[in-house]
Amino acid sequence: MADFGYSLTPSSRIDLNKADRETFGKLVKLEPDVLKCMACGSCTASCTAGVYTRTSIRSAILYLQNGREKEALEFIKGCMLCGKCTIVCPRAINTRQLVLSICKIYNLK
Amino acid sequence: MKERILSGYDNFVLPFMIGMVFLCIYLLIGLIRILKHIPGPDRKKLALSFINPRIIYKDCRDILCDCLLHVKIFKRKALLGYMHASIAFGWFMIIVIGHIEVALYTPQRNGLIYYPVFFRYFTMENNHTLRGAFFFFLMDFFLLVILSGIALAMYKRVRSIALGMRRTTKPSLADRIGLYCLWAIFPLRLLAESFTAGISGGSFLTKPMNFLFANFLSNDYHILPTWWAYSTVLGTFLLVMPFTRYMHIPTEAFLILLRNAGLKVTRPRKGFAEAEIYACSSCGICLDACPMNMQKKNLKYSSVYFIRFLRRHNTRKINEIADKCLMCGKCVALCPVGVESCAIKRAQRSTVTDGLYYDYSYLKTLSPVPANPADVSETMTDKPVLYYAGCMTHLTPGISKAMKEIFRAAEIPYRFLDENGGICCGRPLMLAGKEKAARELVRKNTELIRAAGCDTLVLSCPICFKVFREEYDLQGITILHHTQYIENLIRKGKLKLNATSRSYVYHDPCELGRGAKVYEEPRRILERMGRLVKAEKEKEESICCGGSLGSLTLNYEDRIKITRGSLKALTYNHPDNIITACPLCLKTFAAQSPVKVMDIAQAVTENLEAIREPAASGTEKTQFGN
Repeated sequence: MADFGYSLTPSSRIDLNKADRETFGKLVKLEPDVLKCMACGSCTASCTAGVYTRTSIRSAILYLQNGREKEALEFIKGCMLCGKCTIVCPRAINTRQLVLSICKIYNLK
Repeated sequence: MKERILSGYDNFVLPFMIGMVFLCIYLLIGLIRILKHIPGPDRKKLALSFINPRIIYKDCRDILCDCLLHVKIFKRKALLGYMHASIAFGWFMIIVIGHIEVALYTPQRNGLIYYPVFFRYFTMENNHTLRGAFFFFLMDFFLLVILSGIALAMYKRVRSIALGMRRTTKPSLADRIGLYCLWAIFPLRLLAESFTAGISGGSFLTKPMNFLFANFLSNDYHILPTWWAYSTVLGTFLLVMPFTRYMHIPTEAFLILLRNAGLKVTRPRKGFAEAEIYACSSCGICLDACPMNMQKKNLKYSSVYFIRFLRRHNTRKINEIADKCLMCGKCVALCPVGVESCAIKRAQRSTVTDGLYYDYSYLKTLSPVPANPADVSETMTDKPVLYYAGCMTHLTPGISKAMKEIFRAAEIPYRFLDENGGICCGRPLMLAGKEKAARELVRKNTELIRAAGCDTLVLSCPICFKVFREEYDLQGITILHHTQYIENLIRKGKLKLNATSRSYVYHDPCELGRGAKVYEEPRRILERMGRLVKAEKEKEESICCGGSLGSLTLNYEDRIKITRGSLKALTYNHPDNIITACPLCLKTFAAQSPVKVMDIAQAVTENLEAIREPAASGTEKTQFGN
């Protein structure tokens, strides 16, 4: 195929019929605050690990809501639990515990 | 003094003997269990501690001061200390004197467990001697001491605040049985001994009792039932002891041996931790200590209940409390037994979180700081120091800015390890129980610090400071918190501060105060700058700011309440400024405080003028000369 210097973006369509909403439901039950997130990105901006890798709670929450666990985990696996995101969160979400809970519930290896 | 019952036995000793034998077997099994679960190297340490005279001396001193005299409680509240000491020490003395009596007067009965306990039933005084008088006096004296303690204990049930405790533990059913038995033992002993005071002799307590109630007490038919009652209550107490909080009586002494041998908590329920769990006396001093108990609903998260649930193997509750705790360490600092509940909580968290997934492969990409110090001029002769701000300081950049200014003012060259972002020190991970992950950060940080090649490391965050001091292998490098470092500079005359009329109150951050025992340096600095006023609670008793990283699940609303409570205690004497030495405390307080909160480094830079003006005038002079 000829290289035009640009290409089609892969589809970002989410099939919520196929997505695993049940596990997310479990997470919501354990951490109801996850629904309070307004995706402002304060957590990502203050992240210590974010300087070196794509660590971002905000993105992780969005991806989880869309049933894309594998990608979501990519965003939190580098977390060092330093707790800065919890302090800056304007919605007072306990993001630090949220990271642990996500790891616990999704149990991805 | 001679034997009255020739066989040296009566059936009433049976309840006591059953209780005693059961307790001994239980203790023996427990001892073996604990020793079995202690890791091999620790067991060796314990064995070695028994031949080390220094440790033996420390063991003896601690057992005397903590188990018997309760010096720690005395220091807190004399009356409460007296209550505990009177029962513990008095009972101990009665046992000891009982054995001495047997050894002196009826040596043929040596080794019979029950004989010293019921000595006065089995012996009689012959009228020609008064040989028993001295010991009888002591026995009665210590019995009186114990009875006064019991009376206080009963009063404490009704009005605990009179003994300095706002809240007390809610006893469990077994605890209640044990408690009522304990209350009954000594009055019954007095009664029983009063009966026989006419026969076996007595002293200032038992003799008058015998005379006063002559009609009732001199009736020989009443003798045996009271001795039976005494023996039964004592036996019941010993029988229920393993299931009550009174298990702390034998365990505390054992715990002191283990602790002095240098053992640490490795598992949340087994080995050393088990000794700690059983050594908890459920006294409830941690209830008043816990900052979470600003709200009554959080009482259930106190260390005393955590230990109780551990004893009952209630995993759900154990995890709930372990995750909620702020790890401020106040309960540990005030605990009269010294139960390290925070270490147990960390070990408990570890069982849940240590296996969770993480990936720190990006650590490899981190490069050491550039070799040339950030701010050096040729006039600076000192060796450069390494400054590590830490994650939290990056949220309060005022502190690192102030530190830079201090380095400049003192003309000290420095290297800023994480100016453009570093990694976490690992302490938050450890607090969350992720030991394995924390070790990776520790390794990387050690590498970076070694590569920087400085021999002094200055830290702004007490959380980092504690972990750098305790968990890192940084031999040859002096690790200082910036309060210590600034105090050093002032002492050496490198920094001069203006004395002002402002009043300051100092908040002891948990990790710097109770965690690293740095109490005096910041206070000395503040005394040079202004008037240092006292907070309502300070030093060991300082209240957590509420922002602690230690708690995993405490929610924002509860944290705010703690912050406000802590601020109320700090502003007790109406200071102009609240000074702290922790970026996390600063951040937490700043949002709620009625007065201005500053880090100590910021306060120092505000009062630095004195040294900078001469320096400025110095440059003017050279300009003038030119």
